[in-house]
Amino acid sequence: MLKEKSGAVLVVGGGIAGMQAALDLANGGFFVYLAERSGAIGGSMTHWDKVFPSNECSL
Amino acid sequence: MNIEILTLTEVERVEGEVGDFVVTLRESPRYVDMDKCIACGECARVCPAESALESHGGIAPRKAAYLKYPQAVPLKYQIDPQICLYLREGRCGACEKVCPAGAIRFDDTSRIISLEVGSIILAPGFHPFDPSGIRTWGYGLFPHVIRSVDLEPMLSASGPSGGRLLRPGDGKKVRKIAFLQCVGSRDYNKASHGYCSSVCCMSALKEAMIAREQDPDLEVSIFFLDMRTFGKGFERTYERAREKGIRFYRCRVYSLEPSERNDGITFRYITDQGKQAEESFDLVVLSVGMEAHAGCRSLAERTGVELNGNGFAVTSSFAPTATSRPGIYACGTFSGPKDIPQSVVEGSAAAAAATMALMDVRYSRTRQKDFPLEEDTGIQEPRVGVFICHCGSNIAGVVDVADVADYAAGLPSVVHVERNLFTCSQDSQDAMRRTIREKSLNRVVVAACTPRTHEPLFRETLKASGLNENLFEMANIRNQGAWVHAACPEAATAKARDLVRMATAKAGLLEALPPVSVGVIPQALVIGGGVAGMVSALGLADQGFSVHLVEKSSQLGGNARHLSRTWKNESIPGFVEQCSRRIRDHEHITVHLKSTVIHAEGAVGHFRSTIRKHAGSTTVDHGVAVIATGGEAYKSDVYGYEHSQKVLTALEFDKLHLVGDERVRYGQSFVFIQCVGSREPARPYCSKVCCTHSIQSAIVLKEEDPSRSVYILYRDIRAYGQREELYKRARDLGVVFINYELHEKPNVLIQDDEVSVVVWDHVLHEPLRIPADVVILATAIVSNPDIADLARLYKIPVDADGFVQEAHAKLRPVDFATDGLFLAGLAHYPKPIEESVVQAQAAVARAVTVLSNGRILLDSVKARVNPATCDGCALCLDVCPYHAITLENVPGEEDRKIIAVHTARCKGCGACQATCPKDGVEVGGFTYRQLSAQVDAALNAIA
Repeated sequence: MLKEKSGAVLVVGGGIAGMQAALDLANGGFFVYLAERSGAIGGSMTHWDKVFPSNECSL
Repeated sequence: MNIEILTLTEVERVEGEVGDFVVTLRESPRYVDMDKCIACGECARVCPAESALESHGGIAPRKAAYLKYPQAVPLKYQIDPQICLYLREGRCGACEKVCPAGAIRFDDTSRIISLEVGSIILAPGFHPFDPSGIRTWGYGLFPHVIRSVDLEPMLSASGPSGGRLLRPGDGKKVRKIAFLQCVGSRDYNKASHGYCSSVCCMSALKEAMIAREQDPDLEVSIFFLDMRTFGKGFERTYERAREKGIRFYRCRVYSLEPSERNDGITFRYITDQGKQAEESFDLVVLSVGMEAHAGCRSLAERTGVELNGNGFAVTSSFAPTATSRPGIYACGTFSGPKDIPQSVVEGSAAAAAATMALMDVRYSRTRQKDFPLEEDTGIQEPRVGVFICHCGSNIAGVVDVADVADYAAGLPSVVHVERNLFTCSQDSQDAMRRTIREKSLNRVVVAACTPRTHEPLFRETLKASGLNENLFEMANIRNQGAWVHAACPEAATAKARDLVRMATAKAGLLEALPPVSVGVIPQALVIGGGVAGMVSALGLADQGFSVHLVEKSSQLGGNARHLSRTWKNESIPGFVEQCSRRIRDHEHITVHLKSTVIHAEGAVGHFRSTIRKHAGSTTVDHGVAVIATGGEAYKSDVYGYEHSQKVLTALEFDKLHLVGDERVRYGQSFVFIQCVGSREPARPYCSKVCCTHSIQSAIVLKEEDPSRSVYILYRDIRAYGQREELYKRARDLGVVFINYELHEKPNVLIQDDEVSVVVWDHVLHEPLRIPADVVILATAIVSNPDIADLARLYKIPVDADGFVQEAHAKLRPVDFATDGLFLAGLAHYPKPIEESVVQAQAAVARAVTVLSNGRILLDSVKARVNPATCDGCALCLDVCPYHAITLENVPGEEDRKIIAVHTARCKGCGACQATCPKDGVEVGGFTYRQLSAQVDAALNAIA
């Protein structure tokens, strides 16, 4: 017998790839748990200020 | 609202299977109560424990109580138990005493979290390679050797030297700087990393250009093996760098030594003329590569995901985000080195892949907010409430908030003023909601921080109070008052009064704006039936949406029909066949072969396109469209192509090789010429796939018969990422690689039936004549010429090279600026098949964010026409960047036309309002009346 599926997705890693995945999942109708090892999301992106001076993560 | 961020959290183990995983995670203690912390920074201010800590951004001292970075999300402090004196030795506790919110929790403990999820996406990222301890590079030994990641903050205008390039240690102005590429990449000996990190060439170019912009006298030299500027727009940057006088040397540099007077770093290198030279530099930057960090390995172990020898997740070219364990997906640098846009694309693609099996439980776990019915405030006199935030001591420590409050109370229409320690805190928001009701406020002004971060929160509170969210105005008395005038409290207070007066003046004139939403037709149009189009169509159909797939030719498959193997040696025909079959059989997909789109109208949610097939045409209504029109091989009569049967394009060679043509079967000498049509003035871009393709062919030729002579004449070998291993394999097999420059291209000599290639040999310093049985031209990929028509139909931008232009090169790589339109494949830029697949999956995820909603809410700030004053001069049509304005007949008045605004397209930018000479168009929430009231208030201080 099939067990009940969950409408939630776990994303491990809050860098640019993980954040984009989380946003698209949430906007596509899924609940997202975004687990990040450090104290804040943003990942390596937060160190490249010349690429993205505004440093948005659009969350 | 539907994303729960779990910080300081790591996966312990994963049980279950696709659709029904149980994941156990461990959350480490933060020692700060996230619900209470208001990020005032008092804890860090008083924290006496400081330690220089290694991080991505270089080594910087930080306190035990800290914020990861100023714009951190969540914006909550944390305490590092490795440094904190209280947690280590039980003394201090200063932060606990000063925290105004009582958020410090030294007794915090780690906790175990158990989650039930349908699928899992892994994106643990990378670490920059650590070059310390390797004598050759001198990093850690000599202070004037730094890593590229250390240079980034040094060049930052917000950095310690204000963007001036000063040397670490002695603070001397840097006049000569050298970048050494491939440190920790393409290096089995010192780094044991055979792969190319893909991003360091561009990163060095970017840093070199910034440094030169800041100091035009700075001498910059870049020492590289191959300049790998293979991405969109990269080659132009490389060309610009050369024009700007940045010097490039193609050589590996060894043994960095301190200069004689210990005033810099000296090393030897090989010049363009092949001579040895020695030179000193003030600063040497090591372009360090990427590597999988220890956390990647442990995550892979705990989740049961297979890694390859480089420590990257094993994935297939045809399912680029699927790991070895079903239901678990990988994106970003976890599956190999890649840049920002490719990571973003993969993030979206993983979202699409991870939900394929979950479409029947979509919306089963998400929540939506319900708001009370809005009050009609149109007829009421304005009753303005002003809320002044102390922001802890951030504002109140400088600005005399009591004075500002008294002042605000005397302003016209203001019926309520209050001060809050933190207006944004949950209890202040609850209180604000009550106050709005009790005092019948119908306009709200918050004098606090920046609307960029906090306006959405306050708007929600208005909505929850039954007010239209547009009846709100913010005055930024923190950033524009307390912070910039921190040294002069009187001026800061005066400025805060000005800002509050301006906001209040505008607030009195604010009006409720109706929420704008459009219905979404749950159907997609995909244009182009190549790999990108097929994967997009299948993905959307598998997610439950019906798809119309339009293909110009008589069959699906596109360019992939001419390819045999991916660089990972997977069979392409099998994949193409499988996709075509699934599309034919799919209940949700309608295929239109030999068809083109001839007309399009509408906007996101409700496009209408006309497809012409033979003599007839059909009209399709669709909510979104994916443009995947592909590209084609460049053909031209160069290198004797039209004069000899022995000179072939790469695709022709593949065909002849496959059918066992005798030119190939019995051939003993093969010469590949790279960059045919690419990286030239007419096409100043790299076609990205040709180096790998030629190397693959060369390997097969050598494997079939090791006695064959195989030459590859190249400008830079761009076997980026883990493809570098193929390059090494080819060299090991004896394939001869000869470098040539644009100004001394090889010559193909044809005499009777004999063909030979002459090229300048940089080692022997003389021309080398190679007799060739077959010459293979690695021709450029050019854009599909049909794109020009589509660009006109859908109003999508096309760049100078004929490729479609994404909304944002880094953050929105598969979206067009026009909502509801997405792109994938070669139409965007040349790319290998796995990147087309992943981009197509990303387009699916992005399109689903539109299609899965019955209606989409748009911003209410829109342009609107004043029919009384608009005289149809149409000046605004030209300035509207979104093509949202059209000229329409006025019903009943034959000779009169006025403009009409397409609300779904309008972004409320105000270009029309600023252009209109007759006040015939205005933007709600930013009308001239409202703005002039604000300006008047700024100029006329009320005593």
